[in-house]
Amino acid sequence: MEDAIKMIIDYVKKEFLEDDSDMEVKEDTPLISSGIVDSFSMVSLKTFLEKKYKIQIPDAKATPEAFDSVNNIISLLKEYVKI
Amino acid sequence: MAYSSKAKEHYQKELNGIKEAGLNKQERYIHTPQGADIKVEFPEGAEEKEVINFCANNYLGLSSHPEVIKAAHQGLDARGYGMSSVRFICGTQDIHRELERKFSEFLGTEDTILFPSCMDANAGVFDVLLDREDAMIADKLVHASIVDGMKLCKAQQYVYKHSNMVHLEEKLKESQENRLRMIITDGVFSMDGDIAKLDVICDLAEKYDALVLVDDSHSTGFVGKTGRGTHEHCGVMGRVDLITTTMGKALGGASGGCVSGRKELIDLLRQRARPYLFSNTVPPVIVSAASKVLDLISKTTERRDKLEKNTLYFRKKMTEAGFDIKEGIHPIVPIMLYNAKLASDFSKDLYYEGIYVIGFFFPVVPRGEARIRVQISANHEMEHLNKAIQAFTKIGKKYDILGKDKKAIIEKYGM
Repeated sequence: MEDAIKMIIDYVKKEFLEDDSDMEVKEDTPLISSGIVDSFSMVSLKTFLEKKYKIQIPDAKATPEAFDSVNNIISLLKEYVKI
Repeated sequence: MAYSSKAKEHYQKELNGIKEAGLNKQERYIHTPQGADIKVEFPEGAEEKEVINFCANNYLGLSSHPEVIKAAHQGLDARGYGMSSVRFICGTQDIHRELERKFSEFLGTEDTILFPSCMDANAGVFDVLLDREDAMIADKLVHASIVDGMKLCKAQQYVYKHSNMVHLEEKLKESQENRLRMIITDGVFSMDGDIAKLDVICDLAEKYDALVLVDDSHSTGFVGKTGRGTHEHCGVMGRVDLITTTMGKALGGASGGCVSGRKELIDLLRQRARPYLFSNTVPPVIVSAASKVLDLISKTTERRDKLEKNTLYFRKKMTEAGFDIKEGIHPIVPIMLYNAKLASDFSKDLYYEGIYVIGFFFPVVPRGEARIRVQISANHEMEHLNKAIQAFTKIGKKYDILGKDKKAIIEKYGM
């Protein structure tokens, strides 16, 4: 699970933070409500996870709440894959 | 009764949530035609107040231009009020097709299709041209209508950081296996007034075999030496595959939009784009006026040149006055205040000084990026601009932000 957490944090930093950003992203950092990931970019994050774990996350499950922190994302992933 | 107390409570709670979050949008009633000098009633029931308008998309000042109004009257007299039909049944007049041809000529494209709005154009374009095996690669800050259009399309979605060409290239590499790919960007971004790097985008599109779509709503008519748009400004006319744009801003400001570009793509949109197929197109009165607008701005760049002069003057004077302004050349001039409450209070104070501007803050712009967005028009005279600069300076002194940079303003007011 530690690997999954690190991978998601690295992805969020690489994909959504500006190159010169010094913002820290931890497991419980709000992602959607803080504006780091907007609802538009959330789709990219969902696609990335689906490709990585070869799963399909139904749109009904891909809510802003479910993606609002790395911890929440891990809980969501656990419904579909062993991590 | 189907409208139960449960339903009523649900919607009331949603409304309360919007108000509590400080996101309630209150409309101000304008009692005059759109222009530089307008009379506004705000709040509802208050006495009308004369203000100078700095928040319309009336870039070329054509919203109430006598020749445009005359053309609208002529359209109404010659072709009537409504069509009572969609285009492919009996809702196409000769003037609709004529306007499409004029757009193609003005934008330097092969063909054009009108839509009831650019929102509709953006909602309809992707689903028709791309499918599950294709990819859409969009700038993070594209307009909401593009985001919605992309949601309606089954193609895989990639987002690149705003105007970050290295990140765009990464996404093009990641999506190599997709059948068709389309790079999607605004020509000018509505909150910052910055211009897309269309020259680099077109080079990358050629290198990686991708189509390019540009929403030029905040450009058509005045960006570029002869006002053709961002593609002219960036020297890539003929290299952009699709341009979506609006008649609701610089081009008379009524309503209506279009998609202009490669012939096969336009032909296919005419067959399949749902907002085109299932709603009436723009009425004759607007078609006639928009056609006149294209004639006017094709004949002379006078208004576009005045807008450029006004913009550069305002940007220069406001910078000299000590405001922190996002650099650029576009008539969208973001006056950065960073703090949401400060932006809101500042715009209210300006209103009482006779300057009508709006403060923007999260979620419309990123948190800590609150600003007042000033929009310059060719209708503004030096007197208007100087009054605005004086009022901004007065309120800037009140809040002690003149000469202060981002760090200093945030230190004083927070994010």
